Amino acid sequence: MYNKVGVIGDKDSVTALKVVGAEIFNADTAEEARELVKRLTREKFAVVFITEQLAVQIADTLQKAKSQPFPAIVPIPVSSNSNGFGMDGIKKDVEKALGTDILFNKEDK
Amino acid sequence: MSIMNVNPTRMELKRLQARLKTASRGYKLLKDKTDEMIRKFIILARENKSLRKQVEEQLAAALQSFALARTFSDSRTIDEAVMMPSRAVSLQCGKHSVMGISVPSIEIAESKGEVYPYGFLTVPEQLDNSVNRLNDVFAQMVHLAEVEKTCNMLADEIEKNKRRVNALENIMIPQLQETIKYIKMKLDENERSSTVRLMKVKDMLAQK
Repeated sequence: MYNKVGVIGDKDSVTALKVVGAEIFNADTAEEARELVKRLTREKFAVVFITEQLAVQIADTLQKAKSQPFPAIVPIPVSSNSNGFGMDGIKKDVEKALGTDILFNKEDK
Repeated sequence: MSIMNVNPTRMELKRLQARLKTASRGYKLLKDKTDEMIRKFIILARENKSLRKQVEEQLAAALQSFALARTFSDSRTIDEAVMMPSRAVSLQCGKHSVMGISVPSIEIAESKGEVYPYGFLTVPEQLDNSVNRLNDVFAQMVHLAEVEKTCNMLADEIEKNKRRVNALENIMIPQLQETIKYIKMKLDENERSSTVRLMKVKDMLAQK
C-alpha cells in the first residue's frame, strides 16, 4: 500500500521537513538522487519531494516516472530563489497537451 | 492518398463500408473525449499553477525561519532537536478515474503525535515558528502532489488521444473513402464492359 512520504535533498535543505513526519533521504549528487528515486519507487512511496536543484540534474529519470500513478514526484524549492523547475514542469505539461502555452505567457510577460 | 491493396469485389466493398462507418464513429467519439479532457486539463493546470505558487512561497518562508533558527543557536542543537520526529505521517491513497485514466488521489490520513519533537529549553523560538509553518504547508504540498500528478497523466493521455484522432482523421478515413470509391468505379466499369460485350455478341448473332 502506498502511504509514505519521502524527501530527497541535500542535508541542510531538507532536515527541516523531518518535523512534519516525512522520511528524509540525503543526496548530494545526481547519481545518489537517481538511485534514491529508483529505491523509493520500489519501496512504494506515494509522494516524493525532491529539491529543485537535484530535480534539474535528473530530469530524464523524473520524466520516466511521470506516466505512472505512483510515486508522485514533486520538485520543491528549498531556498527563497526558486530556479523555476517546478513551474517549468507545469508549463511543459500545458504545451504537451494543448500544443501551445496559453496559461502562462499572458500573465508572466 | 493511397489506395489499399484489396480486390475490387462487392464483398470487399461491403466490408470497407462497415469499417468506414466504425472509423467515423470512433473518430467522433475520440474527438469529443479529447475536447472534454482538454477542458478538464485547463482547469487543473490553472489550479496546479496557483497552488504551486502558494506552496513555493510558504515553503520558502518556513525554511527561511528554519535557517534563522540555525543562526540563533548552533546547528548541532537544531539537528538534535529535529533528529527524532515525534510525528509520523501516513497517507491515504487511492485511485479515481478522470475520463477513463486512473489517477491517484492522495490524502493525509493521520499525522499523530506531538507537534514539537523537542524540549523548549534549548532551542530558539524561531524553530517553533518554522515547525508551525511547515505543518501548515505540508498539507498543501501533498495536495499539490496529487494535482500535479493528475495534470501529468492527463497531459500524457491527451497527447496520445490527439495522435489517435489525427491518425483516424488524416489517414484512416481518407484511405477508406478512396478505396471504396475505387472499388465502386471498378465494379461499374466491369458492369459496363459486360453490357457492351453482350451487345456486341448480340450484334454478331444478328448479322449471321
